[in-house]
Amino acid sequence: MTEPESTEHETPVQDDTIRKEDPPVSAEPEPARSSAEPRSLAGAVTPAKEKPEQTGHTVTLKSVDAYYGEQRAVRDVDIEYAANRVTAMIGPSGCGKSTLVRCINRMHEEIPGARCEGHVLLDGANIYGSGVDVTAVRRAIGMVFQKPNPFPTMSIYDNVAAGVRLTGRKDVKLDERVEQSLRGAGLWDEVKDRLGRPGIGLSGGQQQRLCIARTIANEPEVIIMDEPCSALDPIATLKVEDLIHELKRRYTIIIVTHNMQQAARVADTTAFMLMGELVEHAETQKIFTNPDDPRTEEYVTGKFG
Amino acid sequence: MEAGALTTRDDLAAAGLAGSSRGRLADPAFKWFLTILAVLILAIIVFFFVFLINKASPAISKFGLFGFTFGAEWNVSKSVYGAWPLLVGTLITSAVALVIGVPIALGAALYITELCPARLRAPLTMLLELLAAVPSVVYGLWGVFFLIPKLRPAEQWFADTFSFLPFVGGSVAGPNYFIAGLILAIMILPIVSAISREVISTVPAELKEGALALGATRWEMIRLAVLPYSRAGIAGAIMLGLGRAVGETIAVTLVIGNAPQIGKQIFDQGYTLAAVIANEFGEAANNKLHSAALIAAGLVLFVLTLLINAIARYIVVRGNRMRDIPPPEEELTMPTTGPLIGGPVMQ
Amino acid sequence: MSDVPANALAPISARRRHTDQVMRAVLLIVTLLALVPLVLVILRLLTSGLKAISWDFFTTDPSGNFLGNPGGIKSAILGTIEMIAVAALITIPIGIGVALYLVEYGKQGRFAATVRYFVDVLTGVPSIVFGLFVYVALVVGNVGGSGFAAWKGALAIALLMLPIVTRSAEVVLLLVPDGLREAALALGAPRWKVVTRVVLPTAAPGLVTGSLLAIARGAGETAPLLFTAAIVQGTSFNLNARMNSLPAQIFADVGQAQDRLVARAWGAALTLVTMILILNIVARLVARRSRST
Repeated sequence: MTEPESTEHETPVQDDTIRKEDPPVSAEPEPARSSAEPRSLAGAVTPAKEKPEQTGHTVTLKSVDAYYGEQRAVRDVDIEYAANRVTAMIGPSGCGKSTLVRCINRMHEEIPGARCEGHVLLDGANIYGSGVDVTAVRRAIGMVFQKPNPFPTMSIYDNVAAGVRLTGRKDVKLDERVEQSLRGAGLWDEVKDRLGRPGIGLSGGQQQRLCIARTIANEPEVIIMDEPCSALDPIATLKVEDLIHELKRRYTIIIVTHNMQQAARVADTTAFMLMGELVEHAETQKIFTNPDDPRTEEYVTGKFG
Repeated sequence: MEAGALTTRDDLAAAGLAGSSRGRLADPAFKWFLTILAVLILAIIVFFFVFLINKASPAISKFGLFGFTFGAEWNVSKSVYGAWPLLVGTLITSAVALVIGVPIALGAALYITELCPARLRAPLTMLLELLAAVPSVVYGLWGVFFLIPKLRPAEQWFADTFSFLPFVGGSVAGPNYFIAGLILAIMILPIVSAISREVISTVPAELKEGALALGATRWEMIRLAVLPYSRAGIAGAIMLGLGRAVGETIAVTLVIGNAPQIGKQIFDQGYTLAAVIANEFGEAANNKLHSAALIAAGLVLFVLTLLINAIARYIVVRGNRMRDIPPPEEELTMPTTGPLIGGPVMQ
Repeated sequence: MSDVPANALAPISARRRHTDQVMRAVLLIVTLLALVPLVLVILRLLTSGLKAISWDFFTTDPSGNFLGNPGGIKSAILGTIEMIAVAALITIPIGIGVALYLVEYGKQGRFAATVRYFVDVLTGVPSIVFGLFVYVALVVGNVGGSGFAAWKGALAIALLMLPIVTRSAEVVLLLVPDGLREAALALGAPRWKVVTRVVLPTAAPGLVTGSLLAIARGAGETAPLLFTAAIVQGTSFNLNARMNSLPAQIFADVGQAQDRLVARAWGAALTLVTMILILNIVARLVARRSRST
């Protein structure tokens, strides 16, 4: 059961950035979960094999708290991440944005003594429900980390295939999936001749795109990116940001960033957090030009941060 | 001259740090003194070789280097000294030690680092280290009076039930290869597990997080992120354990039977390079050839441990180098292909 | 909003879950397995060793009789203490000295690298080879006017302890912050004073810990003593003659058919292990106290 496509943020972000048109969402529906049909990720629209099904995936948080032991780092957050949209989480260091997103893919609880409370719903299903397998949640909600972390002893091919191999399903054609994922990450042409080479032999930006390929090879519904460009130089950052525009056709994307310009460039909506609370969540343009909350205004105008 | 509060000689003297004319000589003297100590270390090793080769020469010249090392018979009464049965015994017991000890040591290292609750980590570590505090002679004592009698029925059962396996079968001797290997396994547990633990704990957290974020179970995370990253270090730990097992003398000589033959099966008595030296030393005192043969055996043992340690070092260094290839310079090209057709995004 | 997982959250395959559970259990079991020998040895030491312990046990020498009263282990205890003390006196200053050279002067140079390599090599040498070396170098030639002698045994143990002391001292000395050295040098202190007045005092607890652990290691060694100090019944303070020691005494008693001798071996073993444990505990306490200051 999925919630209907959110209609709050209809107007695309208007700014003077040159951007490809976001295609209508219905043209690229997600294939059904159990289908093993290869999806073409070449960036073009090939509706022939797509199932004309529901569209994207939403993530809804209700009254979410996050604790490190007794210390509450995130308080009472309600937020909805619309399907096939990019939402940026911004805020000063320590405001809890990374902690919050790690509650979404249940990585927060890996820290000893840490826990999340409240409801986190993926298409209406509570991922903290009893009987929910945490590893299934993490397959469905992928994560790209701040520091690119390809597995150093594995080749490029094996890195991309790593998540897929975990599921061990025999019906997946690995070569195809790897190629699709690398294309989807904009890395195929650069590495297609050296798939067998070690993953860490790539440059920083390529490594990050490799990690993105690895994540999308797993066919997640949502992708969380935790400051994915902060370890990259400007050129690599550019490439990754362009990638995000492509990726949101297929995935719901949540990006944590401390770089407001980046949020302005890539995000449809932006959420501002301060000291563990969600202060404001609105269209990116509104956040940066006309925010409702004075604290948001102070932050985006650089009065602190 | 007078620049600040702490530059006068009086100030320096008050701080106890002033130099003096004596001090100016003391510095180089001190340095040379320490350097000489360092040279001492090199000298010791060189002397080792020189003396050992010298005293072993009667045996080596009589049987030849290869003849001695690979000579098939070690028979004191016939004055025939070939180290092959000793080498084989050393290798068999060490192999048993590794086969039994390494999985346990590695498993314990993995458990302590990755799985066990944080407050148990220190106590478990300390307990494992206690294994190393027990001296070898005490392990030997325990082996003779506890392990050998207690395990004999089980060994006999095993030999009878699995006699179709190679090297298994026949009647079980009290002291034998297997018991020696078992005790060696216990003795190498602390070192293999301690080094493995160190290596495993240096796996970067982001690698482990990356594996978990893909939806890996805990064991799958260990398999994907921890073990491949640590494999060179773990290989080094294993080699160091092997070196320890090869050189262990007292515990082995008490539980291996000291029979100068190559046993036919795992529960036979045997001999090792180290055990022969400890065991026959007394009776060889007046026999020049015998003494020389024992010293030659010691030399073989020495060279063997040198080799093992050198290999250990090589494996670790090379393995880590392969894992840590630094990434090349970032490419300074603008994107021109793929989904980026349509122009780069500009501010 | 429901708690029933949607298709996306379908649980992972049973096979993966089973593998995970099985491997976790295996690792736990294996860890416990590793501790089993420790428990068994300690239990046996206590049950068999305590029986032999008595005041007489510690105050009489082994009598060397096969029948009748076998005597105690007084000479063994004293011999161990004497020889280890001598060994420590030799090896700790030299070991720390070499470590000082490596850290303060040699650093990354070629010679220092060679020395480090050789120290590494020494670490891997079996203890019996050390004994053999001292035997051929000193015992055979009756150097010092004696064949087997306690000081030669102490020397063999000192050689064995040397790489341990050097290695641990080097680690500890490297932990002394460079800032301290630089501050002292900037005040005009000569290098040797920086080392003796600043570096060594700062590193002292760690050096003590390392030395105690090396001593604990040396106290348990048998093989180097077999053909250097050998074994003798009587208590002796003559370093230039044979001397008894706990490990040698135990080794000699193990092979005996006599129950009483075996009992003495267990008592001696318990004593030796207790001494080693005490050294270990003291070493750890020193380390912990220095860390908290």
